[in-house]
Amino acid sequence: MTRLAGWGGVPAVDARERVGESLPEVCRPASLTRGLGRSYGDASLPARTGAIVASTRLGDRVLAFDRVAGVLRAEAGFRLSQLEELTRPAGWVSPVVPGTRHVTLGGMVASDIHGKNHHVAGCFGAHVRSLVLQVADGRELEVGPDRESELFAATLGGMGLTGHILEVEVALLAIACPWLVIEVEPAPDLGALVARLRAASRTWPYTVAWADALSRGARLGRGIVIKGRWAEPGEAPATSPLHSRVDSRLAVPCNLPSWVLGPTSVRIFDALFYRAHCWSAGRRVVHPDRFFHALDSIRDWNRLYGARGFVQHQSVLPDEAGDERIVRYFETITRHSGASFLTVVKDCGAEGRGLLSFPRPGISVALDLPMRGAATQALVDALNRHVLDAGGRIYLAKDALTRREDFAAMEPRLAAFDAVRRLWDPERRLRSALSARLLGDPA
Amino acid sequence: MKIVLLGATRGMGRSLARLCARRGDAVALLGRERDEIARSARDLVALGAGAVAQGICDLDDPARFGPALAAAADALGGLDAVVLSAADFARPADLDADPARAVRLATRNFAHSIAFLEAARVRLLAHGGGTLCVFSSVAGDRARKATGIYGATKAGLSHYAVSLDLRDRPRGLRVVLVKPGFVRTGMTADLPVPPFAGEPDAVARRVLRAIDRGWPVVYAPPIWRLVMLVIRTLPRFVMRRAEF
Repeated sequence: MTRLAGWGGVPAVDARERVGESLPEVCRPASLTRGLGRSYGDASLPARTGAIVASTRLGDRVLAFDRVAGVLRAEAGFRLSQLEELTRPAGWVSPVVPGTRHVTLGGMVASDIHGKNHHVAGCFGAHVRSLVLQVADGRELEVGPDRESELFAATLGGMGLTGHILEVEVALLAIACPWLVIEVEPAPDLGALVARLRAASRTWPYTVAWADALSRGARLGRGIVIKGRWAEPGEAPATSPLHSRVDSRLAVPCNLPSWVLGPTSVRIFDALFYRAHCWSAGRRVVHPDRFFHALDSIRDWNRLYGARGFVQHQSVLPDEAGDERIVRYFETITRHSGASFLTVVKDCGAEGRGLLSFPRPGISVALDLPMRGAATQALVDALNRHVLDAGGRIYLAKDALTRREDFAAMEPRLAAFDAVRRLWDPERRLRSALSARLLGDPA
Repeated sequence: MKIVLLGATRGMGRSLARLCARRGDAVALLGRERDEIARSARDLVALGAGAVAQGICDLDDPARFGPALAAAADALGGLDAVVLSAADFARPADLDADPARAVRLATRNFAHSIAFLEAARVRLLAHGGGTLCVFSSVAGDRARKATGIYGATKAGLSHYAVSLDLRDRPRGLRVVLVKPGFVRTGMTADLPVPPFAGEPDAVARRVLRAIDRGWPVVYAPPIWRLVMLVIRTLPRFVMRRAEF
């Protein structure tokens, strides 16, 4: 038995983890597949103690890389860090990347991850050309936008509940130069932050904002907007950026005491972070990893939150709900002293094909919340109340505490997803701690 | 480098083959599962291998060793190194219940492994030398309760490799004896993970350096050299009580 947890450390479940080089073999008896366990909550955990979970860790072979057309096909355990090392020197990058390189292709599909370019590129699933799925009865199927398209759509963002993802084929993005040009712009309050973020997204392919979620009053939601684009040749060094070490040298060696990321230290950090970026505002050329995967430079940073762990909460508040809703959302956070270490704000583009994919047009807010039991649950409930009132939704890859009734009320698309599962997995052989919590699957 | 590997669709052999491919080496994969070899070959091509050849070769079928090596050498246009990383594995408890399985393991890991290495040695020496890389195990360094027949075969293999190195190095044969400690591969997936467990990619990096530089013995992860130094000095009465 192995104790499994998501990146937040809570909850944790003892499971029988199956590891092996041949994915079809490893997945066959499993109730769930798991990549590198970088989803924050319980999405990669089994529904009950002792259940079999397949690890894709060793199933990471490349099956084809077309350097001319920019199409890559690989086994589901192939990692984004490996992809970048292979394709970047050939002038190709993943069309969509999350905040960490330590994710697998299978996980990127199952969570239908989005990135700083969601307003122009959509989710990762929009670029997937084909998948090989091992469905609940053991059959292997090739699915894609025009092949078993309903099953395909349910699998994008389907949290691994529609079948074991064995292979992924994705169309890559061509870049002329492997460096990033970025521009940093401070915003003194939440209104300015959201306005500047939206304005930036009209001209920049990559945008994101960081907000200080502890300041109140006139400074509520002050922060910085970071904009980026791939450099043009001649704008950046002629050398190619070094591939960062997969195992960063800087690491958090053990769980730290929980006061380390308490309200006071986060307040100091946020103030310093804001000041530092105000001073460094302007345009410059940076290493792509520094822009896309900044936190990867500290290995095991989740240990900063101590043994009690932390939860993430990410929601999208639709544009039509009005900006006043975002202000009230932030007021709720400050009222609860949520002490979110990094609060990330991003404007989302159009909804994708995935039946349970997270993004939809609106403003997404992602919070890190130290786990403090009932108080944290109360904060998540209060935030979900706002999300429900606004007609928004939450991101399953982050979630650990949302209640089933709240999720059902947020997700009118659930019926379509359930229909696909009934068709392909009537006995619900594939399930997770998340599906037991939110979809009512048996434990 | 032109390198042939038996057992490189899985585990440390896979990692080593990928490392070679990434720097443009010509790689020939030998193994028993045709589909798995084909998938691994696609992987090596995508990673940048100079050439990739495939051949069926099963540790159960020593008659095929010579022809498979010859075909691989033809496909690559020569041979600089031969790697044996294929092996059978079973826990002593599993073997107690199944004597035929025990014989099979002993045959694959010792008699047939040596037959393969002999075929490779003859071939390399006939063409002026080269590197022969043998994956043995720290389980062959000191008998423990848990090493059983597997450890005995590895002890024999290590002994053989050292002897070859002493005898044939002057004739141009460089023997690299690899002694992995506990490495997290599919083979060890069901075992409890001890301290100092290694990752296959890290082991492969060290093994490739050893092949490039002709180190005769390489422990991987390196800490296992020290661990085994300690374990080898433990008196028997301690080993009788130790549960590892």
